[in-house]
This record gives sequence, structure tokens and C-alpha cells, in this order.
Amino acid sequence: MVSEVDTIWGLLRHIADPEIPTISIVDLGIVRSVAIEPRDGVDTVRVVLTPTYSGCPATELITQMVTDALAQRYGNATVEISLSPAWTSDWITKFGRECLAQSAIAPPAATAAVANRHPTMSVLATLSADPATGEDSRPEKCPRCGSGEAHLISQFGSTACKALWMCDTCHEPFDYFKPH
Amino acid sequence: MEAGMTAVDTAPTAVRIRHLLQLADSPLILGQQLGAYVGSAPILEEEMACANLGLDLLGHATMLLEYAAYLTNNSSDSDAQVTADTLAFTRDARAMYNLLLCERPNSDFAHVMVRHLFYSTWSLLLWTGLSESSDERLAAIAAKAVKEMCYHCSHSAGWVIRLGDGTAESHARTQAAIDELLPYVGEMFLDDARDSQLNELGTAPLPSSLADEWESAVRQTVQQATLAMPALNGNVYMHSGGTEGVHSERLGFILAEMQYLQRSYPGLTW
Repeated sequence: MVSEVDTIWGLLRHIADPEIPTISIVDLGIVRSVAIEPRDGVDTVRVVLTPTYSGCPATELITQMVTDALAQRYGNATVEISLSPAWTSDWITKFGRECLAQSAIAPPAATAAVANRHPTMSVLATLSADPATGEDSRPEKCPRCGSGEAHLISQFGSTACKALWMCDTCHEPFDYFKPH
Repeated sequence: MEAGMTAVDTAPTAVRIRHLLQLADSPLILGQQLGAYVGSAPILEEEMACANLGLDLLGHATMLLEYAAYLTNNSSDSDAQVTADTLAFTRDARAMYNLLLCERPNSDFAHVMVRHLFYSTWSLLLWTGLSESSDERLAAIAAKAVKEMCYHCSHSAGWVIRLGDGTAESHARTQAAIDELLPYVGEMFLDDARDSQLNELGTAPLPSSLADEWESAVRQTVQQATLAMPALNGNVYMHSGGTEGVHSERLGFILAEMQYLQRSYPGLTW
């Protein structure tokens, strides 16, 4: 028996990220919770979203898409934005990472392996010590040819959440979803 | 449409709003400048990078201004309702509290990157402090911003090193940028009565507490870039006033461009 909440999750799984249509907002970890709660005596659907990047221009659009999708099925629904806990790329599901790779976007390394620590002198020194290679946060392999050899072109690529790398084997540039 | 967040901070609302405006205005103005730089960067990849750096900063400004608007609208002594947009696009220069550094022009690529190195190192340290804030919503905004500023530091430090340790031309231009922008750094670390009050309440770190770490980190990059930077506590005259609404002529031009549309067609949306 499928619960109503499961049905809503299924609905949200059909909402694709506007920028990367091969991945859903659920697989990106944007949808934090789905619940049906009584409000003023009326059962209300409550969906909580978390924005990925502070300046992500898709946040408003995604919120609207979720609102519209819920409005088609439910008379009473609210969509809320939660800033805490902060979104992390660790919330991208395994399936989501495959979706990214299919769009020739290298999925992010786990943040535990990356310079996302609270800054101390050593972190800032690390950041300035070898910025050209970005050693702490490199893609595992080229999403096109699978080679493990690539170099960083820019920490800010086509969007704020992605860095631009270049494969040393097939010489194609590709986006790398930054661990965050 | 914010999920309910209660702030345990007990500073007077006016103080909190003023603090939030000050936190927002630096990324707002610098973000605007980076957007204006698109079309003038030396290579296409830096066009995109600068636009995205600016976008991150506008995101920070937006969240802070939305919070300031929320506090303003919910305080007992407010009649008119403000929004993040009205706060960004209708305040005049005397009511803007950004650092003077953020007004410095996009003279050349070296200036843009040195300005960004100086700004992002400070911003990273400040956001780190703010992520421990007793104000929950501010701490939440900070937790996100910290992660983003790491990449800003990485990007700008990388360029300062490549430019400094580059050709004679790039070295000279980057050294000139450091010499011209260093006098605007002192303002980042000035304390006033409001800062002390917010620090005592656990809302924000004291600006002066960030100075030593800032200098160590930036100096490390500058040295690796084979460039020179005098000590902050040396004989460098430091400009100030931006955080009190006393700005250079530059802000007038920046605001004229940024606010033109909303001032010409108040309340316009699309």
C-alpha cells in the first residue's frame, strides 16, 4: 500500500533541476521533508526545500515548480525553504551522481575528502598552496572518456556550483560539481 | 516563506537590522561590480568565473536583506513594508554600509583579483565566526556562505600567484594593485560600539579579531606570488567611513547604474 506521502515523493521525483534536466530535485537533495499535517483542522501537505547555493538562480523556479505540482493534486499545500542544516553535495544520491555523469558532469567527491573545514591558517595556506591543481577536490574521472588525468581550468565554470576541468587524455573540457 | 527560526539574540531590533544591512551591503556592491566586469575580463573562462563569483555574493546579500526586511516589517515601529528589493535598490549612498574596498574600480584584472583575494579572505573568516552566532538564522546563512567563500579564496589566491609569479607586466600590475588596495583593508578590522555589543551577545565576532589571521593568510599568498606587502600595523594610511555611510565618489556611479530601473519605475516586477 503506497502512502500519500510516498505518492508526493514520487511526484517530486518527476521535477527535474531546470539547469540539469537529467537529475531530479529529490536526487539533488533539495527536498528535505514531505509531511501531511493538520493546520487549522485541515490536512495540509508540507514540503521543505533547501537551496543548494546561496545565489542559485534556480531556487525560486524550483520552489514555484514544486508549488505548482502540489497545487494540481492538493488543495492545501505549503512549500517552505529551510536554511539549516546547510545543503551539502553529500546529499546527492548515488542515482543522482549517475544522472550527473550522464550529462557529462563529473559528480562531486565526498566533502570529507575536501577542504571544507572551518578555516584555520593551515586551510587558508592549503587553498593558496596549490590552487592550480585543486588537489583536495578533483573529479574521479573524465565523464566522457573515463581517464583519471585532468587539470583544473577554473573553480567557477558554467554555473557557480560547478568547476571547469580539462581532460588530459581526450582534451575535452568538462564540468565538475564542486564538493560543498 | 521561511521555516520558523527563532533568534535568541537579544540586541535591540534596530541594532540587528543595522548589522544585517552592513553585512549585506559589501557583497551587494562587490557582486554588482563583478557583474559589471563581464565583458571586460581577459579570457572567456574568467568572464564566467567573475559572473559566478558575483552571483554567490548576491545570494549572500539577498538572504541577509530578506532577514533585515523580515525584522523591519515585524517590528512594532514600522509603517511601510520593505522587501529585500526595496532595501537593495532604493537606499541612497549615505544609507549604504559597504566597505570602501568594494567600491574600488575594476581597473584591470590584477585589481579585480587582488580586491577579491583581500575581500574573500576577510569574508571567509567573518562568515566562520558568524556560523557560531547566537542568532540562529544568521548562523544558518553563515554556514552556507563559509563553504562558498572557500572557493572564492581558492580562485583569487590562485590568480594572484599566477599573476605575481608571471610576466614582468603581470607582476608589475599585481604589485600596483596590492599597493593601491591595501589602504582599504584597515576598515575591515575596525571595531565600534555596535560591534562590541553584538560580540558580547554572541551574535558576531569582533572585526579586529580577524586581522591577524587575515594578514597571515594573505601574506602567504603574496609571498608565493613573489610580491611585496607591507605590514598592516606599519605606516600604511587606512581609509574608513564606508561602514558609516561615508563613501567615495565611486559608489554614486555604482548605485546610479544598479538602482536606475527601480528608481525610474518604483515597484516594477517581471
